[in-house]
Amino acid sequence: MNNQSLELKATKARDESFLARAIRRFKKHRLAQFGLVMLVILGLAAIFAPIISVYTFDGQDVALLGQPTAPNFRHLLGTDQLGRDNFTRILHGARVSLLVGLSSALIATFLGTLIGALAGFYGAWVDSLLMRLTDVVLSIPILPLVIALSGFLRPSLPLLVLIIGGLGWMGTARLVRGQFLSLRNTDYVEASKALGGSNSRIMFRHILPNAIGPIVVSTTLAVGGAIILESALSFFGLGVQPPTPTWGNLLTGSSDFLETAPWLAAFPGLFILITVLSVNFLGDGLRDALDPRL
Amino acid sequence: MNFSYLTRRALVTIPLLLGVSLILFFVLHLAPGGPTDVYADNPSVSPAALENLKRELGLDQPLPLQYVRWLGAFARGEWGFSIRSGQPVLETALERVVPTLFLGGTSFVLALLLAIPLGVFSALRRYTASDYVFTIVSFLGISMPIFWLALMLQSLFAVQLRWLPSAGLETIGDGGFLDRLRHIILPASLLAVVNIASWGRFVRSSMLDVLGLDYIRTARAKGLSERLVTYRHGFRNALIPVVTIIALDFAGILSGAVITETIFAWPGMGRLFIEAMNGRDYPVLMALLMIGSVALVFTNLLTDLVYSLIDPRIRYE
Repeated sequence: MNNQSLELKATKARDESFLARAIRRFKKHRLAQFGLVMLVILGLAAIFAPIISVYTFDGQDVALLGQPTAPNFRHLLGTDQLGRDNFTRILHGARVSLLVGLSSALIATFLGTLIGALAGFYGAWVDSLLMRLTDVVLSIPILPLVIALSGFLRPSLPLLVLIIGGLGWMGTARLVRGQFLSLRNTDYVEASKALGGSNSRIMFRHILPNAIGPIVVSTTLAVGGAIILESALSFFGLGVQPPTPTWGNLLTGSSDFLETAPWLAAFPGLFILITVLSVNFLGDGLRDALDPRL
Repeated sequence: MNFSYLTRRALVTIPLLLGVSLILFFVLHLAPGGPTDVYADNPSVSPAALENLKRELGLDQPLPLQYVRWLGAFARGEWGFSIRSGQPVLETALERVVPTLFLGGTSFVLALLLAIPLGVFSALRRYTASDYVFTIVSFLGISMPIFWLALMLQSLFAVQLRWLPSAGLETIGDGGFLDRLRHIILPASLLAVVNIASWGRFVRSSMLDVLGLDYIRTARAKGLSERLVTYRHGFRNALIPVVTIIALDFAGILSGAVITETIFAWPGMGRLFIEAMNGRDYPVLMALLMIGSVALVFTNLLTDLVYSLIDPRIRYE
């Protein structure tokens, strides 16, 4: 390689925008692309569930009442003991599971970002107060508390999202605080201050966009955690209640048929596994793509 | 590390645990419903009797007063009586802690024995086929809905093949070593799955970080065998950050594996929690949550101390 082309390469690397570099790195991460494709397919399948399937999630085929039927051409994944099409129920379950997973993660991220930003930006007593609160909540065994709250409140869908999201913000808060601490003394923040930028403008227009990488990664990974948590709660009858199908409560009903119809329990769980796996692959790829140190 | 740091660090745990107890107490008690709800629809229990019951349990008092009373008694070791069974809470918890430690300890040891060698192995063979397999399998492990895997394994090994019992601590009337072993295999392996995957990944990346450092190159340059470089210089230093994660997961053992214990009808703390939940058994619930929280806080403290012992670079002021 001669000098000229080396020089050219160096200029190119400098000119490459943050986004272009992230995309180039993301393209190298095969597993992350697999995850993204799977999630897009699952998302579309969930949105268009009523169009994709000729059955409704609570429609019963009276001829098939009594015992679950095995997968066949008319019912791709079989039917349950009430003659309802399993494939359709899983598709509709995807709507609830994905919705709960996504919105819980967004709530946790919103709370964590707000708390972390305030603590990191203002420092002093605001920081002490908010970080001690974070320490306290981190010292609570979260899973038992979430289970107890869901058991006591018998939550509606929005409330369930609030419980899961409201107890999952601590990691993000610490992360964002760290980012704000390291960014608040940078020159561009000083410049904005000198120009009379308000605190909220500096925090959310100037600092936050520079801290967005790790936040995106932690949100992505939180979606997977929330999906597993929701399905576990629904499995134990503490989350989303039938007749609304979710992957968790589909498993509850099918656990009585482990001996005669094990496929009934196998499929909803496989969907949970594939979804969370895809989310984790995607999160891992985003971590590599968005890390400014690399 | 000096003594004053130790004292200060230990003293901080007091306000921390006070904060935890405050949040837990108010969250549990403010949730609608209460322990007397089970009698509310019972026609043979008059409203006056219900009021009496509430007074006896102290539930008619203002909540802050209830909290102060509970806190005082709890700190003195008087954990009260279970509303559901009337048994002393401390006794009930102690009874359940043994199966929990048995299950949690078994799965902890199992996970440790598998995760560390797997992580090291994968790191040493980076970018080979076996490393990719390990990566994908460990991703499967951390993405696994454990309650579903429990169902599948129960279905396969207990229902279809009939090799293992599907639930419980032991067969009634048996309880020999072999019988207990057969009962613990499924729940302990399940609990270990997530830990093997996450610890293994962590060991791998920590090992790769360390092997890229200058002193490893120095060790190679001075002619040490690859074996010595890897294990004496690499492995030992790679384990330091791993300690933190493993310690935190260890703390989780003490609050009991709520989900696994429930699915396998394992008579431990996690299952006790679910049972206590159904009767709104406040004293038991508070005791169990506080035990879990104390375990978390003290494991954190202990990890800090161990850290400074195994890594001489770390000095606390």
